[in-house]
Amino acid sequence: MKELKILSPCGILGYGYPKESFYNGLSKKPDLIAVDAGSTDAGPHKLGAGVGIVSKKAAKKDLELMIQAGYDLNIPVIVGSAGGSGAKPHVDWTMAVIKEILEEKKLKMKTAIVWADIDKNYIKNKMAENKIHPMNYVPELTVEDLDKTNSVVAQMGHEPIVKALEEGAQIVIAGRAYDPSVFAAYPIMKGFDAGLAYHLGKILECGALCAEPGTTKDCMMGYLREDHFLVEPLNPKRKCYISSVAAHTLYEKDHPYYLHGPGFALDLSDCKFEQHADGVVKVSGSKFVKQPYAVKLEGSAKVAYRTLVIGGTRDPIAIQNIDDIQNDIREQVAAYFDDIPRSEYQILFHLYGKNGVMGSLEPVQTPAHELGIVMEVIASSQELANTICSSARSTLMHFPYKGRKATAGNIALLYSPSDIEFGPVYKFTVYHLMDIDDTCELFPTEFVEL
Amino acid sequence: MTENKTLYELAKVLRSKNSGPFELTMDVIFDNRDYYNKVKDSGIITKELVCKLYNIEEKDISTLVFFDPAMAFKITIKRPIDSGSIGETDVYGAQQHAPLMGVLIPM
Repeated sequence: MKELKILSPCGILGYGYPKESFYNGLSKKPDLIAVDAGSTDAGPHKLGAGVGIVSKKAAKKDLELMIQAGYDLNIPVIVGSAGGSGAKPHVDWTMAVIKEILEEKKLKMKTAIVWADIDKNYIKNKMAENKIHPMNYVPELTVEDLDKTNSVVAQMGHEPIVKALEEGAQIVIAGRAYDPSVFAAYPIMKGFDAGLAYHLGKILECGALCAEPGTTKDCMMGYLREDHFLVEPLNPKRKCYISSVAAHTLYEKDHPYYLHGPGFALDLSDCKFEQHADGVVKVSGSKFVKQPYAVKLEGSAKVAYRTLVIGGTRDPIAIQNIDDIQNDIREQVAAYFDDIPRSEYQILFHLYGKNGVMGSLEPVQTPAHELGIVMEVIASSQELANTICSSARSTLMHFPYKGRKATAGNIALLYSPSDIEFGPVYKFTVYHLMDIDDTCELFPTEFVEL
Repeated sequence: MTENKTLYELAKVLRSKNSGPFELTMDVIFDNRDYYNKVKDSGIITKELVCKLYNIEEKDISTLVFFDPAMAFKITIKRPIDSGSIGETDVYGAQQHAPLMGVLIPM
């Protein structure tokens, strides 16, 4: 029987996994070890600032076992969306870790980088050709937004990774990749069905999150066969059920059975989930539907600076008047700083116990008996944010709102000092599809001597 | 008299999460075919209901689909503010599910 076994150590490289689960996986002789290292989930800061999700120590700890196993079993080790966001600083950071490991272990392994950074001029040309399209609910891309964007990456499909493997890479460090691509590339190269390979990749990319109890911090094995695949947790404490695997298919996607990837859609409408054995689920019927090739671009820009104060109120009269209090504070600060244009800063209130979590989506209108207050100031410079925050905080503390009896102070400040200088604030300025012709040209491979 | 049960009581999983930085997606997953069918056939899970539960307009809903093989339905809506941007309050979108929990389904 034709079969390819994929070991997924954890949901994000550096989140960690139990050694016992990993060794259990190795005893089943996997053909590939692949891991996803990235996500846009933590917001625009990581890509914009060029920093990682996990510590270097954690990434190294996870990679050490993977690389040794790849060497011992002579199988490929693939990391996708290296360093979290998969742009050059993130890939360089990951490569430094790989280099350290190979040197310490005195191993020689052919290592390929697949870059995912996209030149902004290339994107401007594509804009002129009308080949950049916003994702759902995203505004059209403007040259102005692109110019202020720090770096832009694109999510690669399996093709550039296949190319690196065909050229003999034992370790592939891929920049930003569509999460399942790093799992699907090797099996597709070996002639397995692309629909099943991508669907399996979609499930494996989060580690054992598809099992019960679910976690990103444990290992899974995927058995890809000709007309189906199996998923099996590698920790005996966890089991896969139809509901847990099906649940994971839906995870973080806009549609339950139509998943868009680079150059294709995955049609799962006729998919079958079956309990194959205790804790093991069988999946079949996943269909790969080829589409005009487009890649998803991601870009983040620094847009402002922030300073904030954390506190709370337990006063029922203050809680009753909280909307007026916010407006009055904004007016008082603006009146005091009448030499600073109001467009230079914003004063925002997050009221926990009212609508701090859901904001405008909150249907419940009755506030709790106490409110957590996060007052933040967003401004064009850090200094201005600090200045406005200091003034707004003292105004909030002593403002004589309607009906007040507690004249000594309006807010329980959590800390001394009360004002927290946050630093820059980022925003996703690019989240668009780009039509392309040659996917490998866009994601060049570089072999590195280590 | 018909007994009602909440979605919270009937569902195995009821959650929200980002689907990219510009959308929020809610998954309600069942592990009981009878419960799933009752919810699906009740006709209660509609775009109109979602608009009411989340103070949004129909154009802000991109998906409301039942998926039989997974015994699940999914609702995807526009984020009021994109993840991590100025004024935004739930970077991962992980705490936007609660209004769905109390929806009553006749059994």
